[in-house]
Amino acid sequence: MTGDEIRHLPLEDLHIQAGARFGAFAGWNMPLTYPAGVMKEHLHTREHVGLFDISHMKLFEVAGPDAIGLLGKACPLDPGTLPISQSKYTLLLNETAGVIDDLIVTRLGDNRFMVVANAGNAAVDEAHLSSLTKGLDVTIKPLDRVFLAIQGPEAWAALSRAGIETGTLVFMHGIEPRPDWFMTRSGYTGEDGFEIGLPENDARELLAKLLEDERVLWIGLAARDSLRLEAGLCLHGNDITPDTNPVDAGLMWAIAKDIRASGNFVGADALRALMTRGPIEKRVGLKPEGRQPVRAGAVLVDADGNTAGRVTSGGFGPTTGFPVAMGYVSAPLAGNGSQVFADVRGARVPLEVHSLPFTPHRYRKG
Amino acid sequence: MATTYFTEDHEWLRVEGDVATVGITDYAQEQLGDIVFVEIPEAGRNMSKGDTAVVVESVKAASDVYAPVDGEVTEANEALTSDPALVNSAATGGGWLWKMKLADKAQLDGLMDEAAYNAHIG
Repeated sequence: MTGDEIRHLPLEDLHIQAGARFGAFAGWNMPLTYPAGVMKEHLHTREHVGLFDISHMKLFEVAGPDAIGLLGKACPLDPGTLPISQSKYTLLLNETAGVIDDLIVTRLGDNRFMVVANAGNAAVDEAHLSSLTKGLDVTIKPLDRVFLAIQGPEAWAALSRAGIETGTLVFMHGIEPRPDWFMTRSGYTGEDGFEIGLPENDARELLAKLLEDERVLWIGLAARDSLRLEAGLCLHGNDITPDTNPVDAGLMWAIAKDIRASGNFVGADALRALMTRGPIEKRVGLKPEGRQPVRAGAVLVDADGNTAGRVTSGGFGPTTGFPVAMGYVSAPLAGNGSQVFADVRGARVPLEVHSLPFTPHRYRKG
Repeated sequence: MATTYFTEDHEWLRVEGDVATVGITDYAQEQLGDIVFVEIPEAGRNMSKGDTAVVVESVKAASDVYAPVDGEVTEANEALTSDPALVNSAATGGGWLWKMKLADKAQLDGLMDEAAYNAHIG
């Protein structure tokens, strides 16, 4: 980010028209809720179609003869083995294997990739990637796009009605269906859905069609957060940070075995040492007893009052109907059903270690 | 005959004799969004003006509701334990938060009437 100036979405006028309530997030003035409210917005996304403006997130095109070399150095990933149009969830690690950011990388061509980065980390990511390009023939191009997420079981049908056919695209694949468009079948809700990066004028045309469809409702950042938390997905800055590593965070599934063993990425040595050591703490789902949410920042203790971990995300799950949370607990307490306690304003709230996700993923895998 | 007062913190007090029923205004519930949990006070608790009396949890955040005047809690709205959304659907009715015996009725003089409150929220 440059300076403290708050950034505005290119489509802010549409959100104002839709009655959004705004708040600051990662330096952007973002729609938090619309008149339907977070509960209805959340449930609507699980049942029909939620439309999210995620233009605060950044798309980078990484291209050139050494694009594979750069991404293979920056991420624990072998980009050369990705089939064209395959997307992969991966990480930017620092030298101590701390998580600088989590990313989706999609192979667009032999030497061309799309990288989707988190809003708050976009500048750091770009600088980090650039710092690794010395001697490499590769360009990192930040793209100026509107970025929309269309999520939910009827997302494909709403897009089809709006003239966008998605039939052959399956989960974690991305294509360029039109000039300057990028469309993946992925998302941050646990539902089937799509993310589309496109020029502003094209976005306005597409939205006019989508919003005629009564199945489609604008969804704010508040429900985006409750949806991803129920789906057990990490929020960088909360659940993973430069001070947490993929071993403790339970993100080793994102790193192929041969890459773990022999990959030459930034943080490889530190990651191997962590793998040998094994997790000291583990990221887990947490289900507070009763109806009172336990929020991020709450300290967790065991039955004897010894420090046992911390909550990194917490709120209420509109679909589960009970409070949901995510956090880290010491490895011996990480099994499902273990009990830990949080102090919430003087009251001792028991939480049960719970499998993630809280609501089953419903991705369209093929 | 009950008189209703309002505070700058978006609470209402309906006063009958020396007992006030307290809740948050419709404006406040709308700002908070969907309420999922209300931490209600124990009967018998003595509160001073400005103390945190109730914590209202929405999907996204916890918000404090402050005691608008001094007094002793005589009753809390137990219905909110099973149906916290009453605060959204009936903020000035069935979604009341607690009742309190006023320690000093003169403190009411500093509060707003409905017209003044409506002007306050613009």
